[in-house]
Amino acid sequence: MTRARWQEGLLCLSLAGALAAAAGCGGGSSPSSSTSGGTGSGGGTTGSVSNVQAISVNTGPTAAPPLNSPYIDGAFTSVTLCAPGSTTSCQTISGILVDTGSSGLRVLSSALTISLPQQTGANSAPIVECLPFVDGITWGPVQTADMTIAGEEAKSLPIQVIGSASFSTIPSGCTSMGAPEDDLSTLGANGILGVGPAAQDCGEACTVTGASNPGLYYACPNSGCEVTTESLADQVVNPIVLFATDNNGVIIELPSVTGAEASVSGSMIFGIGTQTNNALGSATVYTIDPSTGNFTTVFDNVSYQDAGFLDTGSNAIYFLDANTTGLPICTDATFWYCPTTTQSFSAVNQGANGASGTVNFSVGNADALTNLETTGAANGLAGPNPGTFDWGLPFFFGRNVYTAIEGKSTPGGTGPYWAY
Amino acid sequence: MNSRIMSGVLVMLAFPFTISASLGGDVTSVQADRAKMQGSLRTTSADSYNLHEIQASTGVTVREYVSTAGKVFAVTWKGPFHPDLRQVLGAYFDQYEQAAQAQIATRRGRGPLLIQQPGLVVQISGHMKAFVGKAYVPGMMPAGVHVEDIQ
Repeated sequence: MTRARWQEGLLCLSLAGALAAAAGCGGGSSPSSSTSGGTGSGGGTTGSVSNVQAISVNTGPTAAPPLNSPYIDGAFTSVTLCAPGSTTSCQTISGILVDTGSSGLRVLSSALTISLPQQTGANSAPIVECLPFVDGITWGPVQTADMTIAGEEAKSLPIQVIGSASFSTIPSGCTSMGAPEDDLSTLGANGILGVGPAAQDCGEACTVTGASNPGLYYACPNSGCEVTTESLADQVVNPIVLFATDNNGVIIELPSVTGAEASVSGSMIFGIGTQTNNALGSATVYTIDPSTGNFTTVFDNVSYQDAGFLDTGSNAIYFLDANTTGLPICTDATFWYCPTTTQSFSAVNQGANGASGTVNFSVGNADALTNLETTGAANGLAGPNPGTFDWGLPFFFGRNVYTAIEGKSTPGGTGPYWAY
Repeated sequence: MNSRIMSGVLVMLAFPFTISASLGGDVTSVQADRAKMQGSLRTTSADSYNLHEIQASTGVTVREYVSTAGKVFAVTWKGPFHPDLRQVLGAYFDQYEQAAQAQIATRRGRGPLLIQQPGLVVQISGHMKAFVGKAYVPGMMPAGVHVEDIQ
């Protein structure tokens, strides 16, 4: 571990020049944050793998020139990638957004300085992925890397490299699912680390031919790209499932935030009930629909069935609408609420297992909360999302939130579930 | 489904082939959606519109709301993936795409899409493997049809 950390430090130093947009080698742009692997609080059991990765909620890599576009309410970390089997062709990439709403590692081609092997399919055709997010798509080749985070390693991990110049033409079948998010400006991060309840980013649907294949994986020989099948093992997988240990889930731990702050530091702890620092303790397990990854949220005595989820990758609590909540929409931003004074709400989350618990949360004036460009963390940031409860990053403030991966055994039962 | 629609249900049939359309389009002008999605379709009639529901083999359900004048004034979708938005948004796709890009540029982070323009409303929510969407043209909504009716 000592050597690995020392190596990573060197890589960080060498990377700082190459990645001017990401100041420091931490979770983002905040100079005071430090998110090198394995340095977080807590630590693992003596003799076990270090399973604690520091995360930082800050203005992220987009805050730096030339974009000068600070992120708000994003949890950033860094990952170290090596060419498979190599200990020298390695790079630590900071400014990676931690996302419990997706699965798999995706990094911008512009942030990647090492060369990684391309995954190929039939006739050695390169495999390229179109991954639909809610607000757009990412397009780029599937490549293979050894990923290290804290003391955990995911060997031969298929990842998506976004915005590669080698595959610059996006098939219309892909852009028909949304606008491309293929650079730092549109992605909002140097990469996205999907550590959600799903093991793969597509699943069985992408393994079959014909009309039921949703068209996420393409084979791209020189003649052009065509939708192809992709086995579960070859898909871009949640990196945690490839860890040798601590591979059944993750805990996101963030401190309470009052109003707007420049940044706050927290931890991402791998494994549930696998070490002394990741026991479930008194957390309540809420099982989720394995097909949707959702549970039910009740608000004002109305049950929003299978329409609630916990998502660090959403930068606010996006819930319901102005009529239902009585909250006015901001005049200059239709995606946020702007009450004149901070309002208190409560809702009840219900797991498929019958577990039920009240969540108290507040909604502040988004204009005021986002007024300062130095603000990276804001409690009370919320916006409309008709019919849905997207518990974004502010939900995680002041909580330890467990995400158990589908099919994985834990002391709280088999995933998928959330617990907090 | 609210009581008003329930009382107006006249017919619910499975069609092996029938016509369907994109947002803003004419129901008699396009029959591409169902064919493109290779899905099954059923049609429900309410007082002031017909509801065409296409169940695509990818597990995505698309509903198209057609006025008695034959115009598609709203579409919704739900499923593990997005439908072909060029197909279901039709002539409104470019407007949606530009508004989506503008929202991404100003939101200071990632999250659902909520496009609210005088001539177009698009709401896309969810997360990887579970998406929901709704799009409608406010000026084309038949009298008496409320946004909440569009599910």
